[in-house]
Amino acid sequence: MSSAPATSGLSNTAASRNIPSRRAPAGLRFFVYAAISLSIMWLDQRGGWLDTVRFTLQAVAYPLQMALASPAAAWDWTRENFEQRTMLQQENRALRERLREFELLAMRRADLERENFELRNLRSAAADVANRWLVARVIAVETNRLRQRYTVDRGTVHGISKGQTVIAGEGLVGQALRVGPWSTEVILLADPEHAVPVQIARTGQRTVALGTGRDSELSLPFLPLQSDIREGDLLVTSGLGKTLPAGYPVGSVSAVRRDGASPLAQVTATVTAKVDRDRVVAFLWFNPAHPAAPPTVQPITAPPAAAATPP
Amino acid sequence: MITSTVRSRLVLTTLAAFVLQVLPLPFWLAAVRPPLAVIAVIFWSLIVPRVGGITLGFVTGLALDVYRGSVFGQHALALSLVVYIAVRQHLLVRNKPLFEQTVFAAALLFASEAVSWAIDGWTGHAAGGWIRWLPIFVGSLLWPLTAAWQASENRARR
Repeated sequence: MSSAPATSGLSNTAASRNIPSRRAPAGLRFFVYAAISLSIMWLDQRGGWLDTVRFTLQAVAYPLQMALASPAAAWDWTRENFEQRTMLQQENRALRERLREFELLAMRRADLERENFELRNLRSAAADVANRWLVARVIAVETNRLRQRYTVDRGTVHGISKGQTVIAGEGLVGQALRVGPWSTEVILLADPEHAVPVQIARTGQRTVALGTGRDSELSLPFLPLQSDIREGDLLVTSGLGKTLPAGYPVGSVSAVRRDGASPLAQVTATVTAKVDRDRVVAFLWFNPAHPAAPPTVQPITAPPAAAATPP
Repeated sequence: MITSTVRSRLVLTTLAAFVLQVLPLPFWLAAVRPPLAVIAVIFWSLIVPRVGGITLGFVTGLALDVYRGSVFGQHALALSLVVYIAVRQHLLVRNKPLFEQTVFAAALLFASEAVSWAIDGWTGHAAGGWIRWLPIFVGSLLWPLTAAWQASENRARR
């Protein structure tokens, strides 16, 4: 049985098959395309020479992303519009109560902040470490074992930069990974390539939380057997790693297993931010004058295995 | 003129398969979603190896790379390889019984994922566990469903 390149020599066969023109043999074409693939792969891995190409292509992909996100957006809009009056009233009441709670807390907060800075011997109270934020809508979600990513509808035209912190109402969501003109790919905490330096809020012990690729699940693989950690402990950012200030909620410990076979405890945690339900996130900007602000925004391309060392 | 209608059908179905492959889905549905764009590319490479050709595989792969944010050229290489094998073997495979065709398609799907997996590993990305291969099995099981479509395409070209 002859294959494609062998028949290209027989013009009779070629004509009977409705072929508009003779082409290069398949083997040669494959060789050329494979060479192109390998060289763009190499260029992409080395020094990011293809960043501008990616930037452009991300802009091209944006309309398709918006179109694919529109059914979900339409569904949300319809549901909101048809929600019962009583439900809205209930929600309104709950939100009002929450607002009152926050107002009471905020009253004391200004005073505490001043006191805190006095205790730390600083001349004057600096402004809050996060001085600006921008709300973004999630337009695409990719959650699988290899990637836990969001695409949101803000990009460089809104001033987003690589490595920027992304939060939601309940806590840290992730960081800006690839920024296009109108859209940004956000790497979530649970992405298997993401690592975040954390601190156990109760004891102050510092460690690293790695993403697992499972929905909203983190693992803390570098804690010794005898370390003081239990279910329900809150994890907050430790401020190490130069990308995030300390104190943002990351997750809560969901399981602690200690067996004699390993010198390390096997700890898993659940991300605090409701990553599977939130449709709205926010980008943060930090006040560079604040002592707790990260010095510079570092790129986050280093693989987690290299970035994380046992405490 | 037959070629031009075939070409438009090829482009439209591949585009539709691509959209279905990248459409955001809940976690567990996405975990078993077959690689529809790859299946469409294999299908057209077996039916009309000279219309799409390796260019079809390369362009579809590049589109997947852009959309997925994977290493640039990763899927392009995988799909170019798959189309090359399909184009070389299309006369043999088209005359085989459905079961053998399915085995061939499964092998191609596996090959494309294996290339992606190796590149993920070599470039220091997460390579994933057994769940990565789940869509391949689902896709292989779906292949017999293309038989009817394949028959109509062959009739149209006769």
